[in-house]
Amino acid sequence: MSAVSVQAIVGAAPSPIEAPDVDYATISPLLIILGAAVLGVLVEAFVPRAYRFVTQIAVAVVGVVAAFVATVVVGAGLDTVDGEVTGRGGPTAMGSLSVDGPAVVTWAMLLFFGLLGVLLFAERRLDGGLSAFTSQASTPPGSADERHATRLRIEHSEVFPLAMFALGGMMFFASANDLLGMFVALEVLSLPLYLMCGLARRRRLLSQEAAMKYFLLGAFSSAFFLYGIAMVYGYAGSFGLAEISTAVSSQIGGQNLLLAGMALILVGLLFKVAAVPFHAWTPDVYQGAPTPVTAFMAAGTKAAAFVAMLRIFFVAFGGARWDWAPAVWAIAIITMLFGAIASIAQTDVKRMLAYSSIAHAGFLLVGMAGLTSGDGVTSVSAVLFYLVAYGAAAIGAFAVVTLVRDAGGETTHLGRWAGLGKESPVLAVAFTIFLLSFAGIPLTGGFISKWSVFAAAWDGGAWPLVVVGVVASALALFFYIRVVVLLFFAPPQGDGPTVAVPSPLTWSVVAITVAVTIVLGVLPGPLLDLVQQAGAFVR
Amino acid sequence: MTSMSSIVLAASEHADVVPVAADGVFSWMWLLVAIPAVSAAILLIGDGAGDHGPLDRFGHLLGTAAAIASFVVGVVGFVALLGQDVAERAVTQDLWTWMQVGGFDVTMSVYYDQLSALFVLLITGVGSLIHVYSIGYMAHDPRKRRFFGFLNLFIAAMLVLVLAGDYLVLFLGWEGVGLASYLLIGFWQEKRSAAVAAKKAFIVNRVGDLGLALGIMLMFAQFGTTNIHEVGLNVTNASQSVATALGLLLLLGACGKSAQVPLQSWLLDAMEGPTPVSALIHAATMVTAGVYLVVRSAAIYDLSEVARTAVVIVGCVTLLFGAWIGCAKDDIKKALAGSTMSQIGYMMLAAGLGPAGYAFAIFHLITHGFFKANMFLGAGSVMHGMNDDVDMRHYGALRKLMPLTFITFAMGYLAIIGFPGFSGFFSKDRIIESAFATNFWAGLAALLGAGVTAFYMTRVMILTFFGERRWREDVHPHESPKIMTVPLIVLAALSVVGGALTFSDWIEDWLTPVTGSEHHELGVPAWVITLIIVAVVAVGASLAYVLFARRDVPDTAPQQVSVFTRAGRADLYGDAVNEAVFMRPGQYLTRSLVYVDGTGIDGAVTGTAELVGDGARGLRRLQTGFVRTYAAEIFGGALVLVLALLAVNLA
Repeated sequence: MSAVSVQAIVGAAPSPIEAPDVDYATISPLLIILGAAVLGVLVEAFVPRAYRFVTQIAVAVVGVVAAFVATVVVGAGLDTVDGEVTGRGGPTAMGSLSVDGPAVVTWAMLLFFGLLGVLLFAERRLDGGLSAFTSQASTPPGSADERHATRLRIEHSEVFPLAMFALGGMMFFASANDLLGMFVALEVLSLPLYLMCGLARRRRLLSQEAAMKYFLLGAFSSAFFLYGIAMVYGYAGSFGLAEISTAVSSQIGGQNLLLAGMALILVGLLFKVAAVPFHAWTPDVYQGAPTPVTAFMAAGTKAAAFVAMLRIFFVAFGGARWDWAPAVWAIAIITMLFGAIASIAQTDVKRMLAYSSIAHAGFLLVGMAGLTSGDGVTSVSAVLFYLVAYGAAAIGAFAVVTLVRDAGGETTHLGRWAGLGKESPVLAVAFTIFLLSFAGIPLTGGFISKWSVFAAAWDGGAWPLVVVGVVASALALFFYIRVVVLLFFAPPQGDGPTVAVPSPLTWSVVAITVAVTIVLGVLPGPLLDLVQQAGAFVR
Repeated sequence: MTSMSSIVLAASEHADVVPVAADGVFSWMWLLVAIPAVSAAILLIGDGAGDHGPLDRFGHLLGTAAAIASFVVGVVGFVALLGQDVAERAVTQDLWTWMQVGGFDVTMSVYYDQLSALFVLLITGVGSLIHVYSIGYMAHDPRKRRFFGFLNLFIAAMLVLVLAGDYLVLFLGWEGVGLASYLLIGFWQEKRSAAVAAKKAFIVNRVGDLGLALGIMLMFAQFGTTNIHEVGLNVTNASQSVATALGLLLLLGACGKSAQVPLQSWLLDAMEGPTPVSALIHAATMVTAGVYLVVRSAAIYDLSEVARTAVVIVGCVTLLFGAWIGCAKDDIKKALAGSTMSQIGYMMLAAGLGPAGYAFAIFHLITHGFFKANMFLGAGSVMHGMNDDVDMRHYGALRKLMPLTFITFAMGYLAIIGFPGFSGFFSKDRIIESAFATNFWAGLAALLGAGVTAFYMTRVMILTFFGERRWREDVHPHESPKIMTVPLIVLAALSVVGGALTFSDWIEDWLTPVTGSEHHELGVPAWVITLIIVAVVAVGASLAYVLFARRDVPDTAPQQVSVFTRAGRADLYGDAVNEAVFMRPGQYLTRSLVYVDGTGIDGAVTGTAELVGDGARGLRRLQTGFVRTYAAEIFGGALVLVLALLAVNLA
């Protein structure tokens, strides 16, 4: 590269390199989680095998809790910004991160999901004293080596640092303030998840296939995302969301470059949130991955990717709203209807929850059609609330899936769930509550979340989306109710399902998620206030 | 409909009601809901494992006590309300803030006024009687405890519906009664027909619920509030078209819940549930929720003549439709269900007349609650003695063997056909009069309906209690135990004297602050209309007497019958229409999507398999499990997205 072109990139006059000025306190939650991840790697190398699993749990739990406390402290200390929009906090670390209201709320949400995920990962009572992860991933499924490893009770305790890296990536994704940072975050969150998907103890071939599919398709969609970033850079001459926003508003240069860039970035994000037609991986991966991992990524990935999507499209591309909004509308409609109708045909619990997750991506996209700021329900607050309510119910539902078992491990065929209400009324009631929340029945968190995204969209003038949304939720309700009837009223097949007795870890996850689902339905006030107070994105 | 337009000007007086904060007795009104709700929770959740625990032995008593306790609270509240000044009879108590976002907030509150007070008495009063009756009727059912739990759940949800001060809270109750109704219709789930009926009721009701949900969204969007009172105030400033849209959406909701045409088809099948359920939910209370919704939203309907006209049309069509079906059914419960549909049609018609009719709609709703619950419980008593046979062709000559059931049923019969002096006479007479005063054709439909009602009810009466005995060999009819006949006697008494509510216009005056009032002068004196009605009723009853009492009744339904009978037996082809318009396309859609997801599909959840037909083989399978296919989909999707965005720019 010649000196001239380097100068063109850096600017007309070379300026002296400044030392980066980073406010470490503000980004401490992120640092704590990534620190816990690195510490976990060291634990893996130095702690004797007998203590490794327990030490890893301790490191992860302490890390998540410490990061949560730090998040609360950071959140309480954010300054209110009154500019064009009302918000809190602002860019930090040389503008590469934006620690604003929505970012802090998302951090807290992700850490909450992360804690629940770690508790599920740590469960060892269900499978004869071993975790849900394979003993040695390098052994071929069904081989003598695998049996040998199982007999030695070897375990992959690396899942904990992997989960911490993924969690750190998610938090980074939700708060990155430039496109390059976002790409790095996307990879940091995705790579560990690809790995973890392939680590199931039972049905290993299915699990490895899922990991392979997720990796290939994920890499494919990342390429779109990256190409989109390149095009937008070509248009705006910067990766920073604020600079892009200025460029978009002043309409410099070729619009085609911007439009194509936006479309490609959208593809990458829609893949992560599992919106139609970029959803195909979801059922296969949700089904194949170890169920605790499915729970963690269903809640976490969706939350991180949605907040990142709102941030990019509201902050950077806010000025071109009417260029991208119609596409989002169309995808929201297709996604809601497809998810709702396709779930009707499912016979596998995990696939059913996967299609339900697709439908929920559609409802969340409806929320994106609202206003970006104002007194009423804004897009950001509606989507944040929805993510909390959906994530809690999804983790809870998958936690229940881990408990319904037969000789071959988890039994996920819906027919085998018939009569669960007799076998374990408590578990069946818990699962019913999650389904009712997915369906959006009043007095569950799902109702308030549906109401808030619909209200936001209606305020934003997107009433056709609301009409389709109401119809789609009615369709979906029909299916959920059928499952409820199956649980309580259908005669059991054979001996019926057996419910494994878990340790307090899984029980506490189920109890916490049930409590959150109901509290968000009956007394949603505090959380609604919080997401409302979080204000708009600050660039 | 020239005279209808004058209503708009006359009707705004009820918007002036200012609710007062609850104190004294009224601050305890939340107990109305809380008592049955807690009881339901205990019955359904508590003591889940034990099959013969104390709850199984005494649960039904707990459930009944809860209903009666709620009734007592209702009576105390009503007496206290009578003692209040007219201006202070709308009492509201905020319990907690359900949600609050910016300027929008929804409060869980109890809104107790003249209208809800009457509903509370009807729901808890008739509800208590039916609980008592169920103790006898369900005595031998192993899952009795769950049954009473569901009944309590229903009472609680229905009270939430009528005590709601906010449309969103009303919607909560609306969904709750739908859920309870679904659970109770399918209570004997081992009967396939019951499970199918429950599902049908659920789906048809969802269509109605869509209307209500969208209506509430529209209120929120237009007024920024869903508080019933504030919506009533705001709507007067809104445009005509908003009021019309709201009115039509709410009407759709009302049609679903109240089984009005075109969403009527579920009610006949709902008779698969236990008879006390048919009496309480599908005759006396829940199905009238649609009428309640219209009357409660009077402020909206006052402003839109189009919406009001739609209500009148729905009412007229349904009242004739239900009566027609009632004539053709041999199943005693289905004949009564057709009649319920028809009587609710009367209420809808009255509600559609605006302030001139609201009070009469509620009046008929209450008297109907008495006499129809009475007759359903009577039918249950007959079935109890006839080994659960429901075919009236297998009855006959039961009046001697079941004297109490016969006499009480006869009281209900005289009330429903409008025999002078009985409650139905007053309430139906008022509706027909106001219909004639407003619109001749509506009046004529109501008058014709009265004649047909007399015809089919006389038929039910003759086939069941008179004529030859046509029982099966092994049937030994007997009178029901006291625990079942006492509620019958009470309801029969109410069916006789219920008309007293209108003496010196008490109910009209009582409801005026809520609904407004208005009187249209008839072209002829009122007694002329009354005479004509009585004459038409007499003709209908006599015709039935000639056709059914003078001839032998064949044991099986004759097949060589007129087109009209055949149509009536087929529920006027309501199901055929639903199937052609909704089900078939829906099935094709799901079938094709089943193909879309090719992996792991081996029949639908409940084992109804066979979804994979030969015809669909040509469809492409999108969910193949191959990464290359998925990648191609992503690539295709990305291409479309990029091109679409670029196209926007070019355009």
